[in-house]
Amino acid sequence: MSDIADRVKKIVVEHLGVEENKVIENASFIDDLGADSLDTVELVMAFEEEFGIEIPDDAAETIQTFGDAVKFITGAA
Amino acid sequence: MFDLTGKNALVTGASGGIGGDIARALHAAGATVALSGTREAPLEALAAELGSRAHVLTCNLSDAASVEALPKAAAAAMGSVDVLVNNAGITRDNLFMRMSDDEWASVLEVNLTSTFRLCRGVLRGMMKARWGRIVNISSVVGATGNPGQANYAASKAGMVGMSKSLAYEVASRGITVNCVAPGFITTAMTEKLTDDQKGKILTQVPAGRMGEASEIAAACLYLASPEAGYVTGATLHVNGGMAMI
Repeated sequence: MSDIADRVKKIVVEHLGVEENKVIENASFIDDLGADSLDTVELVMAFEEEFGIEIPDDAAETIQTFGDAVKFITGAA
Repeated sequence: MFDLTGKNALVTGASGGIGGDIARALHAAGATVALSGTREAPLEALAAELGSRAHVLTCNLSDAASVEALPKAAAAAMGSVDVLVNNAGITRDNLFMRMSDDEWASVLEVNLTSTFRLCRGVLRGMMKARWGRIVNISSVVGATGNPGQANYAASKAGMVGMSKSLAYEVASRGITVNCVAPGFITTAMTEKLTDDQKGKILTQVPAGRMGEASEIAAACLYLASPEAGYVTGATLHVNGGMAMI
């Protein structure tokens, strides 16, 4: 697994308090990992800080799953 | 009780009578304060009076870019913004039928839109800290209406609805959002009223006197305190019984 995916997973596990093995490619933050809409905003904020990037609101809305996040950050970082 | 030691507070309209007393009350409770307003001289005078733990940040709230920059400047000066008091406000009174688009828009821009922008600007830090206090200064007029003040009343009622909505969204993060709604308070604005006007107003106030800025400040201090952590989405009316709502 790439370094980016590891760092994203660490943030998701810490923030949502979920088991690491639940954080898989297609895991939806809201449907599978128990996040509420504010959690998704906070995750995006945490990704921005971890990777030193800006994630615009329209892009943030497309980040629904762990895989989406890794893909977006890989493209942006 | 109401100890704000180690907390950092941003107060807008701190050059005015009520804002100045709010800053004094928070500062006296131990907070570091960022004093914002359009006029630098009274802010500097207040900062000098307070001594340490006081920063001056001038800001024109009718300018969107300045408003966006203010939370960042406050966080840079103090390290964080834990308490935000949106106190700044303007009036452009006119009869409804004569009210211009500009009179309407400028009051909404400064009183309501800048409050929205400042709330948005401080939320990120409060969310991370899992602690925050936002106190928006509304007005009794927002609840009762007032002839000649359709724009002002709309802006002050708008603050209440906005505060309640935001309160819902961030309550689980330890952030409270409340309003204080002053009635008739002794300030430079009300000093301009004639004795006759004041007399008429006082007939509507069961307490039989105007309120003091320090009495608004005390309400803000409570809502900003750790003790008020379970109070959110509320409007605390401080009006001598003028409107019991």
